[in-house]
Amino acid sequence: MIVKSWNKEHPLQLALREQLEPSDDHLSAAPSRRTVVKLTGFAGVGLALGFSFAPRKAPASMEASPRGLEPNGYVHIRPDGSIRIYAPNPEVGQGVKTSMPIIIAAEMGANWDDVRVEQAPVDSERFGRQMAGGSTSILRGMESLRRAGATARLMLESAAAEAWRVPLDELWTSASRVMHKASGRSASFAELSEAASRQALPNVDHIVAQIRKDFSLGRRRISAVDNHALVVGEPLFGIDQRLPGMRYATFSKCPSAGGLVKSFNRDEVLAFPGVAHAFVVEPWGNIWDLRSGVAIVASSTWQALQAKRALSIEWDLSNAASDDVQASLAKALALEDQSGVREIELRGDVEAAFALAASKVAASYAYPFLTHAALEPQNCTAWYKGEEEGIEVWAPSQTIQMGKAMAAEMLGLAPDRVVMHQTRAGGGFGRRLANDYVLEAAAIAQRIEGPVKLQWTREDDMAHGQFRSAGVHHFRAGLDGDGRLVSFGNHHVSFTADGEKPVRGGRYSKGEFPALAVKNVKVTQTLLPFDTPMGFWRAPNSNGVAFATQSFLHELSVAADRDHTEFLLELLDDHPATGEGAWSFNPRRAQTVLRALAKRHAELRSKGEIPDPGVTLRRGQGVAFHFSHGGYIGINADVSISQDKRLRVHQVLVAADVGPVVHESGAKNQCEGSVIDAMSTLMGLEITCRDGCAEQDNFHVYPLGRISIAPKVIDTTFVDSDDRSTGLGEPVFPPVAPAICNAICNATGERLRQFPLSKFGYSYA
Amino acid sequence: MKIHVNGDTHALPEEFDSNTPLLWVLRDELGLVGSKYGCGIGQCGACTVHLDGEPVRSCLMPVGSLGDARITTIEGLARDGELTEVQQAWIDADVPQCGYCQAGQIMTVSALLEKTNLPSDAEIDAALAGNLCRCGTYMRIRQAIKSVARQRSSKNIEVAEA
Repeated sequence: MIVKSWNKEHPLQLALREQLEPSDDHLSAAPSRRTVVKLTGFAGVGLALGFSFAPRKAPASMEASPRGLEPNGYVHIRPDGSIRIYAPNPEVGQGVKTSMPIIIAAEMGANWDDVRVEQAPVDSERFGRQMAGGSTSILRGMESLRRAGATARLMLESAAAEAWRVPLDELWTSASRVMHKASGRSASFAELSEAASRQALPNVDHIVAQIRKDFSLGRRRISAVDNHALVVGEPLFGIDQRLPGMRYATFSKCPSAGGLVKSFNRDEVLAFPGVAHAFVVEPWGNIWDLRSGVAIVASSTWQALQAKRALSIEWDLSNAASDDVQASLAKALALEDQSGVREIELRGDVEAAFALAASKVAASYAYPFLTHAALEPQNCTAWYKGEEEGIEVWAPSQTIQMGKAMAAEMLGLAPDRVVMHQTRAGGGFGRRLANDYVLEAAAIAQRIEGPVKLQWTREDDMAHGQFRSAGVHHFRAGLDGDGRLVSFGNHHVSFTADGEKPVRGGRYSKGEFPALAVKNVKVTQTLLPFDTPMGFWRAPNSNGVAFATQSFLHELSVAADRDHTEFLLELLDDHPATGEGAWSFNPRRAQTVLRALAKRHAELRSKGEIPDPGVTLRRGQGVAFHFSHGGYIGINADVSISQDKRLRVHQVLVAADVGPVVHESGAKNQCEGSVIDAMSTLMGLEITCRDGCAEQDNFHVYPLGRISIAPKVIDTTFVDSDDRSTGLGEPVFPPVAPAICNAICNATGERLRQFPLSKFGYSYA
Repeated sequence: MKIHVNGDTHALPEEFDSNTPLLWVLRDELGLVGSKYGCGIGQCGACTVHLDGEPVRSCLMPVGSLGDARITTIEGLARDGELTEVQQAWIDADVPQCGYCQAGQIMTVSALLEKTNLPSDAEIDAALAGNLCRCGTYMRIRQAIKSVARQRSSKNIEVAEA
């Protein structure tokens, strides 16, 4: 195949990819040397992506002063008793602006009412990696955050111990006070802060070495820190930024990736009221960076939009993408045999076992391309102040440090001449892992030498998505006379842009369930060429793989006439533990989750809240399980479906082991949101493209689910866990769609192997 | 051209394009950025404001068509810093995830609860059919609406008993 030059990834992007789609190295017990070398091999990559944790030494500002106590980059106890805590990572709706500061506050023993959370400056030296991706903020942030809180607490306690002449280990903190039980003494953090700031920096290694199980801060519901600002409409988001003298820009790119501007009707555009500039921007980097396009700069958004509407661009399409989604998917579906080009996992003798199997099942599953459709269209505000002063940027990015590094490289500025501010983002879902809008705004600001806000339209957002890769799985399995899985085959068809590696989100891991639990296995992969850029979409890989695999496993338990949960538990009995650390897979935790799910289901049934099977016609429940991003998630969906394919999801039960939960309300929000997102995706969402152009341009043809689809109940159970806390932005999504499809099958006998279901006549009631 | 927003009257320059949608006047001219741009075609409801108390899509409403209508935006709901019961319920139920759609949701719900004290699920679904939430906060939105309705009905009972 001919590889498009614009599809070559930047080292920073490759490093990000490695992080979000870890190679199968994690399946081997020892950490791979290769990975370590690779990550540190690129100059500056470690720093820019923050693979290093926050430094342990105190900042220069730590000195005795009436300013209170500032023991590290995160915490400032002010003399008035308020406690400023920096939220280090971008908030995109996953809740880290609240949950990360809770970790610090819990470690300090602070009263949450005293805490004022502010978004941290972008500073990798102080805050390590500041990004939102892969559900990793809690996992990777935990140690630094606890260290920050414990340092503050020990300094306050030391100050109290000195003043009261009591041993340090008799002191503890609660509700922003240091207390001594024997003497009944106590003092507030504020009172102690000045003396505390004269204490030596304590060693807190022994504290953070232990898993912390309680983050409850007094057992009450904590409402997210920006909620007040949100309900009164304060400016928080990227799109809300305003600067003195700021202009408003649009940027129009070729709907087929890789198309270049030949010419455009400049005079006509410039004649529109308020339009100050209209110019061609030359591409830089690759397709995820700055593409060729036309910028229009006006005095208001509306003026820029009006001129954009009249814009007519002649494109050079000679090197542009010309993908056809329908043709590619048809080709993938036709590759039915088990002879994929790449071998992923071969074990035993799959053919012989299949030949001997008591029952045999073969089925093909497919899922479509998707776009992220975050509700806040991409935007970025940039103020170019000259070569000396550099540029200041306000961006709703998930990888703000990467945006900074790439903007500096593109503009030819030293990194310290690029000052980034992270804003709240109206949804991310993976789309804002790229910084195309940052580079566009920076390039436009440099050209006009002033402040400018770049605003994409919804149509721009849909046209220039970085799509969730479609995928097809051709399964074949054999069961023995006892209904045990003895042979498993999967031919996964995905896509490639360079002829070598799968597109983003197109990987298939050799450890993907259930291959390692089965004696005779053949997993292969074929990659079809596809140039249009793919991106990481909520729970990359897992979001499609789980639908296919967990549906097929249900087909097997039905064929074996087994209870599905029992069938899964038995498979897990045969599954080895893999890897080490948080990304490792522990089959015992998976079984605990499945049992907790079954228990909760039985409770609700005994209360009459879920009907017994067979009592109500065309009503049924279905189970699915998936492990991803460190999270063990079981789903039970209770659905009914009418003769004319109107589907109602009544209740969804979620059982999750994500380690100790940091912010319960936020964690449940992620579970509920993931259920709704998956329901919405399953029913109606698909991106098709022809000649490399997406055919969907706005929400009327990309029908995200509305409130009427929401179940009556989404019931979440968090399993008590002694393991490390992990993230919840992603892992709940993957098992929801297969649980619903398995429920439909249990209710009607009909097996659904492709979505969106609307293509097959289904709709939500 | 004059427009009345949150109790204030604003004069727009004479040459101002009267076709400009209200949303962009609010955001770019008046600096009221609480109302959000999501789709520009009235599909998502992130731009919802009240026009004489009725929820409307400000992205589709030419500013020249407003006449003497009174506009209320999310910034105009709270009086002297005191939140409305809907705003407070949103905080208590911890509704938002990304929060981008929530101004529109709150404006729609505020109008609904002006008319209907105890909306049924079907009435809630119908009223909010035009407000998308990409994060899927619908469970909490229902919860918040019902808590307001409950508070109101218990207040009504107190008043009746008194």
